Amino acid sequence: MKVDHFPNPVGPWMRGNGPQSDIVISSRVRLARNVAEFPFIMRCNEFDRANIEATVSRRLREMPVASTCNYFNVATLKAVDRQYLVERQLISRELSENQGARGVLVDRDENFSVMINEEDHLRIQVMRSGLDFEGAFQQIEALDDAIDEKVCYAFHSQYGYLTACPTNVGTGMRVSVMLHLPALVLTKQIEKVFRSLQKINLAVRGLYGEGSQAMGDFYQISNQITLGRSEYELIKQVGDVVPVIISYERKARHFLLQDSRDDLQRQVRKALGTLQKAGQISSEETMHLLSKVRLGVNLGLINDLDIPTINRLFVYTQPAHLQKMRGSEMDTTQRNKARAVYLHSQLELPSGDAPQS
Amino acid sequence: MKCQRCDKQAAFHITDLTGETVSAVHLCPNCAKDYLEPQQAKKVETSSLMGMLSKQLKVGQTAEQLAALDQKVCPICGISFFEFRKQGRLGCPHDYTFFHEELEPLIVNIHGVTEHKGKTPKHSSISNEAQMQLIQLRRQMNEAVEKEDYEQATHIRDLIRQLESGGRE
Repeated sequence: MKVDHFPNPVGPWMRGNGPQSDIVISSRVRLARNVAEFPFIMRCNEFDRANIEATVSRRLREMPVASTCNYFNVATLKAVDRQYLVERQLISRELSENQGARGVLVDRDENFSVMINEEDHLRIQVMRSGLDFEGAFQQIEALDDAIDEKVCYAFHSQYGYLTACPTNVGTGMRVSVMLHLPALVLTKQIEKVFRSLQKINLAVRGLYGEGSQAMGDFYQISNQITLGRSEYELIKQVGDVVPVIISYERKARHFLLQDSRDDLQRQVRKALGTLQKAGQISSEETMHLLSKVRLGVNLGLINDLDIPTINRLFVYTQPAHLQKMRGSEMDTTQRNKARAVYLHSQLELPSGDAPQS
Repeated sequence: MKCQRCDKQAAFHITDLTGETVSAVHLCPNCAKDYLEPQQAKKVETSSLMGMLSKQLKVGQTAEQLAALDQKVCPICGISFFEFRKQGRLGCPHDYTFFHEELEPLIVNIHGVTEHKGKTPKHSSISNEAQMQLIQLRRQMNEAVEKEDYEQATHIRDLIRQLESGGRE
């Protein structure tokens, strides 16, 4: 299976049509699972890994739900294709960069993916636009049950689902939400919010999960504890805190409008102007400026752009997406120019259709 | 949760986003103050798990005890406790049973408790013994292949197939 443009211009996490999607980009639930009859990845040689990939992928493809999925053998994909899947958040950077046999089953609507041979034999994830843990949870339960019928999970009566790293043991479940918090950053309150989240055992990360910087004012909040709480309790733990953070961000936005509307308007206009006129632009600066524009659109300071368009630009201006659209590999300088051309074409129009390759 | 640097109660749970990798540290107010001083920051253990592990093993253990513990090897997958400490990843499901005593304080440190609550698998067609045997046989088969003892490897492969067909297929 070739990695080519997916039928949807963007996956659910960037669609911008779910509940509270001015602040909540996406809700995600992931499960770490291992197959009982194999050693964990760390103790696998090449042969074991190939055996796991072949066995598990075959069984996954037998599931009824797999009829609307594509399976990618990640080990045989080109670097740009792997990066493309990372940018769409369908695989982790770890799976992309690992060695040896590995793969991913991807739902055509990109609502879920199942990685094989990441840190654990199986990493199952479900994504939803906006704040929708209920929907994500229901789907991952069904998916987990369907996989449970096909493989024998490593399970311990005391410790629950067994994982390669003891930090994931128990439910193996990580519940996370991606938030866009530009006003809390601008008003310098973000650190305070983080400190209080960490006190209640929630982790804060950047856009692409573990090890990534907080780019474009995107922050991912997730549970740190996976053992001793039921799946429902974990959902509730993260779910309960999100409305509080949303209310802080709204207050900060309100404050900015009241206190420094002109200054904010100037910043937003300047960011949009740079994106429209730049001759070349890095992916980092693009993220930074798009974040400002996104805030401007949400506050009604810019009227001729909508959130789905901005959300799409966050994805399509990334290196692998630019190269896939262009149909050729490009170095950093070429990409910076291509990015500027693409932004120019997209931001000139009131609101674009899906970009064509 | 206890402070990673001393034995006091940790009050600060910091996720460090500044370096190459994101790391979480858990510190008491005093140690947190040191940590947040920029000139001190470099000395901090980068991985919280590694930090917990090294701290846990320093408390109340002599060098000999530590060395002996490091050499403890899981009979199923062959990982030593030393390898686990270095990599932070376990070798097979049986490690949770075999290294139970060593892992328990670490798990308490991470999760606060040691009992799973929540979902359990609905199907388990292969018995625990068979699961462990399969992992062990796979290792023995790999070792036989490495020694170019193909006769032995073929024999083990047949045993694996037998065990597997006793399960689902």
